[in-house]
Amino acid sequence: MRIVCPFCGERELGEFTYLGDAKPQRPAAGADAVYDYVYLRDNVAGVMSEHWYHGGGCRAWLKVTRNTLTHEISAVEPAAGAGAAKVGA
Amino acid sequence: MKYSIFSLARAALSGHKNWQPTWRDAAPKDRYDVVIIGGGGHGLATAWFLASEFGIRNVAVLEKGWIGSGNAGRNTTIIRSNYGLPGNTGFYELSMKLWERMEQDLNYNAMVSQRGVINLYHSDAQRDAFARRGNTMRINGIDAELLDQTALRKMLPFLNFDNARFPVQGGLLQRRGGTARHDAVVWGYAHAASALGVDIIQNCEVTGFTRDANGKVTGVETSRGKIGAGKVGMAVAGSSSRVAAMAGLRLPIESHVLQAFVSEAIKPLIPGVMTFGAGHFYVSQSDKGGLVFGGDIDGYNSYAQRGNLPVMEDVCEGGMALIPMIGRVRLLRQWGGIMDMSMDGTPIIDKSPVDGLYINAGWCYGGFKATPGSGFVFAHLIARDQSHKEAARFRLDRFQRGAMIDEKGQGAQPNLH
Repeated sequence: MRIVCPFCGERELGEFTYLGDAKPQRPAAGADAVYDYVYLRDNVAGVMSEHWYHGGGCRAWLKVTRNTLTHEISAVEPAAGAGAAKVGA
Repeated sequence: MKYSIFSLARAALSGHKNWQPTWRDAAPKDRYDVVIIGGGGHGLATAWFLASEFGIRNVAVLEKGWIGSGNAGRNTTIIRSNYGLPGNTGFYELSMKLWERMEQDLNYNAMVSQRGVINLYHSDAQRDAFARRGNTMRINGIDAELLDQTALRKMLPFLNFDNARFPVQGGLLQRRGGTARHDAVVWGYAHAASALGVDIIQNCEVTGFTRDANGKVTGVETSRGKIGAGKVGMAVAGSSSRVAAMAGLRLPIESHVLQAFVSEAIKPLIPGVMTFGAGHFYVSQSDKGGLVFGGDIDGYNSYAQRGNLPVMEDVCEGGMALIPMIGRVRLLRQWGGIMDMSMDGTPIIDKSPVDGLYINAGWCYGGFKATPGSGFVFAHLIARDQSHKEAARFRLDRFQRGAMIDEKGQGAQPNLH
């Protein structure tokens, strides 16, 4: 598995660190909503959008669309936040 | 069929041509008192304990492939009970005690070998942490010995003791730990459960649940038709979220891939199981001579049952740092299994919020050693609708209550457990 970083180009997996599913959004308040956000996961078997950190390169957070059944990556975009301004995302 | 020295001699005299299948490959009936989803070690152990300890013999085990084709056949076969946190300590010792009598209970040779498990420490702080864990074990009646470097040099002279960065200072040894033949564990439970009337149904994938007007689970829909059930238990490891989703549940679990490796066979080298404390590397030597080893999970969600190269490299580097001479040994095979990584690194054995559905999941990459204990407490839960006292903390709602059992102290980040 290799990831094509929008800033650095195609790099090997060892340069990246995984955070997880990009879908959960931090809720404003509410114990149940926080429990849901912190602990429960869809654990998708198929195409999933997820956050990766390119620590061995540009140190930007990336949003990677990947199939968990095949490891096939269909899209890599800068995640909102660090580095995103460089490409106007 | 009952196995003994006499049955072996009889079979030998007739040229080993008359061995019978050790368990029945059954066709599904319309209804069972209990249906267990998942024909791995945990599912089959659950069925056997239901039949042998709790008197429920109208039981089916449904397996989508062939029994033992999932993680039961993909692990590094280690058994141990060296856990430090309340909840884990007692449960894994219950499991260890069941390992010690399993072969007699099942009348099946599972090659349980108590060759010892040693966790190496590489700093004063790590020694103190291991000493504390060892003391916790001993207070709970579990064997543990803290070895210093002198004792270790006698036992494992080939270690890289004077590594400049990670000198090996000593280790925490559990002599009762060791290994077991993983496939034989599956076959043994299948053998004994089948003899008590449990139906083992292969190539039978669960595709949904049937439920009554109140939402209670009344059975399962499968690739071999509908099967009614008084109660349904699931023990499906990496597929836990997918099966639970069929009942409308979301679990505090992510599925990740863990790799394991076997080298070519070499002469006896490693006497027991050993783990590197400064990286993630654990190794034992099989009776065939291959070094069986592994390390971290790959670290990203996966259902693919295959790993990637960076982790393979990392695991081999860990091995080289600890035992430089294994650089001369060639890697023979590598494989991946899908782990149900829970949010605190600890399993869930509980009734689900759906009436009639029981969950046994979240084993992370430590499920093999738990096989007999898991089967026993899960059977207890299903039969009596009450958690066994050694599994009473493995509740599904512990995340909501703040009662996590986080042995590594990593928080809700499953790929770090």
